[in-house]
Amino acid sequence: MANTQTDPGVIPGPTSRAFDMLGGTPLIWRMASLALFFAIWEIAGRTNFNWAFPTFLETMAALWEMLANGSMFSAYGRTLEPLVIGLVISLGIGVSAGVLMGLRRDVEWITLPVFITMQAAPMAALIPLITFVYGIGLTSKVLAVCMLAMPVIAINSYKAVRNVPPSLVDMSQSFMGSRRQQVFKIILPAASPMMFAGIRLGVAEGFSGVVLAELLITPTGIGDLITFNRSVAKFAHMYAAIFSIVAFAVIAVSLLHRVETSLFRPEKRGA
Amino acid sequence: MNMPSTLHSTERSPVATTPEAVIEVRGVHKVYAGNITALQNIDLDFNRGEMTSLLGPSGCGKTTLLKIIAGLLKPTKGDVAVNGRPVAGPGPERAFVFQDFALMPWASVLRNAAFGLELQGVGKSEREDRARHYVNEVGLSGFEDKYPHELSGGMRQRVGLARALAVDADVLLMDEPFSAVDEQTRRKFQEDLIRLREIEKKTFILVTHSIEEAVYLSDRIVLLSPRPGRLNKIVTPEIDRSGDPDLIRRNPEYLDLIDDIWSGLRAYVE
Ligand SMILES: Nc1ncnc2c1ncn2[C@@H]1O[C@H](COP(=O)(O)OP(=O)(O)OP(=O)(O)O)[C@@H](O)[C@H]1O
Ligand SMILES: [Mg+2]
Repeated sequence: MANTQTDPGVIPGPTSRAFDMLGGTPLIWRMASLALFFAIWEIAGRTNFNWAFPTFLETMAALWEMLANGSMFSAYGRTLEPLVIGLVISLGIGVSAGVLMGLRRDVEWITLPVFITMQAAPMAALIPLITFVYGIGLTSKVLAVCMLAMPVIAINSYKAVRNVPPSLVDMSQSFMGSRRQQVFKIILPAASPMMFAGIRLGVAEGFSGVVLAELLITPTGIGDLITFNRSVAKFAHMYAAIFSIVAFAVIAVSLLHRVETSLFRPEKRGA
Repeated sequence: MNMPSTLHSTERSPVATTPEAVIEVRGVHKVYAGNITALQNIDLDFNRGEMTSLLGPSGCGKTTLLKIIAGLLKPTKGDVAVNGRPVAGPGPERAFVFQDFALMPWASVLRNAAFGLELQGVGKSEREDRARHYVNEVGLSGFEDKYPHELSGGMRQRVGLARALAVDADVLLMDEPFSAVDEQTRRKFQEDLIRLREIEKKTFILVTHSIEEAVYLSDRIVLLSPRPGRLNKIVTPEIDRSGDPDLIRRNPEYLDLIDDIWSGLRAYVE
């Protein structure tokens, strides 16, 4: 069973905070709380408190329809492009920058303020600025993903390296390990749990970024599905699209955790 | 020897030199950032094959002195020589046992025990053979494939000890190796250490808070005064440790020596 417990001290972004809370609880409780949530949704939909709010079952029917007629798949085909490109770039730059900042004071001084500012800035407000500079194409959407995902990944990688127990570093030194051995045999493996926690949060932020971009820049992919269905008042379909992206993000993040455990954490494999 | 244990206590002047010194500490001062003088004018020799304890109140610089000997810290003034050669950093003649074990949680017992050899570039099968021998020697055979989180504190420290023994250093530097271990385990561990000493013929330097532990284990006890850490006195308990361990712990002379040291240290605590 996946246990998505996040290490203490991981810095979440706005979206990832919610994912984080979902993670730590056992499967049964997550199922129970989901069931409760859906039941309340269904009841709330039936009370008609808002004419635009569909019931849970209506939403699921709409979801099924969009899956069956393929519109959902083609939407995800479009959405995945900026998301995947943006995440790959964020991972590459975020992890390397984070690790370097953790290892070297000079890099820390130059780079850390940039990421801290990026992390604190309200990204939704900066998206119009990106559009102004890079137009409404793929570049802007990729940038939106990067701006949300990269700071979380970089800052957590940095903190992960800084939190490596000093006695482990002393140990490698006292047995005459080289700096290279120290980095690759001690620091990176010791930092990896917190680094991966940051990467999971970064991926969650990336989803936010791509949806924001598709809503605010030009409606494509899943953003188009949401905007279009709203404009023709097919609210069940609109909610179904929103539901699908949330579910997709949760599944992607959990899968990532599985991969991490099976590839990098031998001591947790059997447990 | 006809007595179950004999015990003499002799006190020498703080500077003691013998030709058999493995480690020579000469005029070591250590001043930390913020003008904290941790050590002042330490002159000390550690003799081959002896077990020396560094004993003193918290914050007196025991860890600092041990790390300077290990080459992990540079003294502000003075120097340390090992086998006659001055120390510039960590070396193969010295191995460290850490207070918090410093085991890699992602590595098995065997890999942890072999890690010193791994860093030296010893081939996998050879280093695992050697590590397996020492894992066995510290009483952990059967646990080679376990991970540190599956072991008790005492067992984890045995892995740390196996790792230090495996590199075949002349000197083992141990920083409060038993402080994170419960009392029963600690006693068993102390008894095993005495047995190990006879097999391994190494020089041990042990930092400890415990007067009993120091008297029970060591050939020589170096008492440090509180900050700034200076040599206070050197006590040489002469105990025959081949007998029943419990007999030693009840020996009146052993107990008297503990009282003696305690009355010397008491002044610092009050
Ligand atoms: N990196 C450091 N920077 C500044 N001061 C330090 C540093 N490390 C230790 N000190 C100070 O130096 C003194 C000696 O520290 P040290 O850790 O050697 O003491 P110790 O005898 O090992 O204490 P304990 O019994 O608590 O382990 C202490 O007062 C401590 O506060
Ligand atoms: Mg200490």
